[in-house]
Amino acid sequence: MSLAQILNIWPNSPVLSLIIALLVAVFLLYLARRPAHKAIYSLSRVIHNGFRLMARSVLIAEKKVVERNNEVLLTVGAKAAERLIEREFHRVDAVVRRDMSGYPALQRKLADQITHIDEDYRESTELPVPPPDWVKAVETLAKLPSKGDGWVANILGEIHKTGVSQYKSSMEEHRKAVAKRHSLLEKMMPYWRKLSQTLDQVDKTIIGLHERTRVVDSRMAEYEEIRNKTDKAAHMLTASSMTQFFISAFVLLIAIGGAVINFNLIALPMSEMVGGGSYIGNFKTSNIAALVIILVELAMGLYLMESLRITHLFPIIGQMDDKMRTRMIWVTFTILVILAGVESALAFMRDRIAADMQVLRQALASVETTQPAMRWIPTVGQMVMGFILPFALTFVAIPLESFVHSSRTVVGVAMAALLRLITFVLRLLGDAAYYTGEFLVNIYDLLIFPPLWLENLIRSKERQTDAKDSIVKEEVS
Amino acid sequence: MKKLLAFSLLSISLLLSGCPDTTTHSQGVYMLLDSSGTYRLEVKKAQAIINYLLGTLQPGDSLAMARIDSASFSEKDIIAKMTFDRRPSLTNQQKRLFKQKIDGFFATVKGSAFTDITGGVLQAVEYLNETGSGKKFILIFSDLKEELAKGHVRDFPIELSGCRVVALNVTKLRSDNIDPREYYKRVEAWQARVEAGAGHWRLINDLERLDTILAE
Repeated sequence: MSLAQILNIWPNSPVLSLIIALLVAVFLLYLARRPAHKAIYSLSRVIHNGFRLMARSVLIAEKKVVERNNEVLLTVGAKAAERLIEREFHRVDAVVRRDMSGYPALQRKLADQITHIDEDYRESTELPVPPPDWVKAVETLAKLPSKGDGWVANILGEIHKTGVSQYKSSMEEHRKAVAKRHSLLEKMMPYWRKLSQTLDQVDKTIIGLHERTRVVDSRMAEYEEIRNKTDKAAHMLTASSMTQFFISAFVLLIAIGGAVINFNLIALPMSEMVGGGSYIGNFKTSNIAALVIILVELAMGLYLMESLRITHLFPIIGQMDDKMRTRMIWVTFTILVILAGVESALAFMRDRIAADMQVLRQALASVETTQPAMRWIPTVGQMVMGFILPFALTFVAIPLESFVHSSRTVVGVAMAALLRLITFVLRLLGDAAYYTGEFLVNIYDLLIFPPLWLENLIRSKERQTDAKDSIVKEEVS
Repeated sequence: MKKLLAFSLLSISLLLSGCPDTTTHSQGVYMLLDSSGTYRLEVKKAQAIINYLLGTLQPGDSLAMARIDSASFSEKDIIAKMTFDRRPSLTNQQKRLFKQKIDGFFATVKGSAFTDITGGVLQAVEYLNETGSGKKFILIFSDLKEELAKGHVRDFPIELSGCRVVALNVTKLRSDNIDPREYYKRVEAWQARVEAGAGHWRLINDLERLDTILAE
């Protein structure tokens, strides 16, 4: 018995059959209203709660990721701040060693200069011997009136002459003494200048030290913030990591460009060494060999930077004793020089092969071969590039280290953001499930609105009757 | 530690020299040149194709050129054949030598009485299989009209699996102009024969687009 036959309740009258079927269905749905509502609500709540639970779990994971990020960030930041402070102290130490170690000598120099100045000053303060007191007496006698007495007049004249000559000699001596004082004062000038210069030098050193201490203070303040695990420090370090990440990524892109140029310089001549027609997988062996050379150069560059303690990617190299480290520096540098020489030779070979190919192509195309002017310039250019690029690639270690360190933070932040987004979506889905349940219940009621309407009608009448009965009872009582 | 170092060095040396796959990526090209009758006049175009091939083929590839004459299933009909060295510098020298041989042939090319294309194709398959090339191309520079000498048997299936047969510059004969169906029949017959032998068939009449010859 098919479904159509079952639904065909009233034979030969499909419309009537359909109406009867609908009425029966509505009636059945009305009867099953409560359990159906419960089922819909429980299903929607299960889904809602499930999503909420998942959202909570993801949120907890996000918090853990954020905490872990902060922990890593603050640890790395603290180490970096410690290194900076240590470096500042080293600088201060260097200044103190360089300038302050000379302070006893400087002090002696200053004392000598001051002694010189003092002596000169003392000498310059010594007054010339004043004219003797008897000169005044002679002058007084010389000024006495002679009253016409020739002998007395002669005596007085002689006295006067003696007085004048004495005065002149005294003045002469006085002038000499003044001139000597002036010359002494003049001698003091260079000492004063030297003293001033020495004090300026000291001043500069002190100012320099003062500035360094200010830098140390600010670094210490940052370090304290980091040690106290404040939000400000975390934000500051995150922003710094982000900046580092993008800058180092940009520099790495430039380095990749350099590596590509390097690769093109040596890929063709490598086919002369390993064969142009051989493949490893889908890649030409010559290309792989060229890539290996570039990667070896990069590795050597990394080791060199590590050995020089410029980067700190491999702790084992940093922990080596100085003798071993120096050996490593020389070994890596020698390998780099050899590789640079090989690259330069390969670049030369590339130029020759390319020129030969060009000549062959021209011959095949029946074009007259011409030797371009200044042919040596690109050859030399390629050789120089081949020699320099390996050393230039050495410096990739610095942005690589920044990239590796900052990417930890950036990936952590991105992960936290992703987890937050997942939380939001899960919550949204949970709420959607909840309100879908409500919506389905309403749709259910809409489908069975006739019996519901009747039920409401009957109930309202019952309520009215009950109300009347209660009023009557109250009146009677 | 020493063992580890030795193993690493061995791995690197194997990677760089021992393992390379030299066959599957190499190309083998065998060009058949029809030198019969009026088609002899088309050799200039054939020279351009050879020049293009010499400029395109890479170290490790193989190239051979043979003429189609009255009995082409013979090594004697191979004008020049070469498997290019792995080193580009030597490859260039080989290409120059190849060109010299071909130019010498073109200067003294003589017409043949019959056209044994099937024999040439069989010889091409034999040569290409010997080279062990990954991609095998048989270029037939002919009008595809086969004319066999009395007693020569060529009406049997040819094994062409893995070979790409490219018919180049299939010129229309005077009789084709009277009844073009003859031309189409000729081409279709060759296509059917190649495909029956598990080969790939292609027809290129526009020689301005030489880059399509070795296209996949």
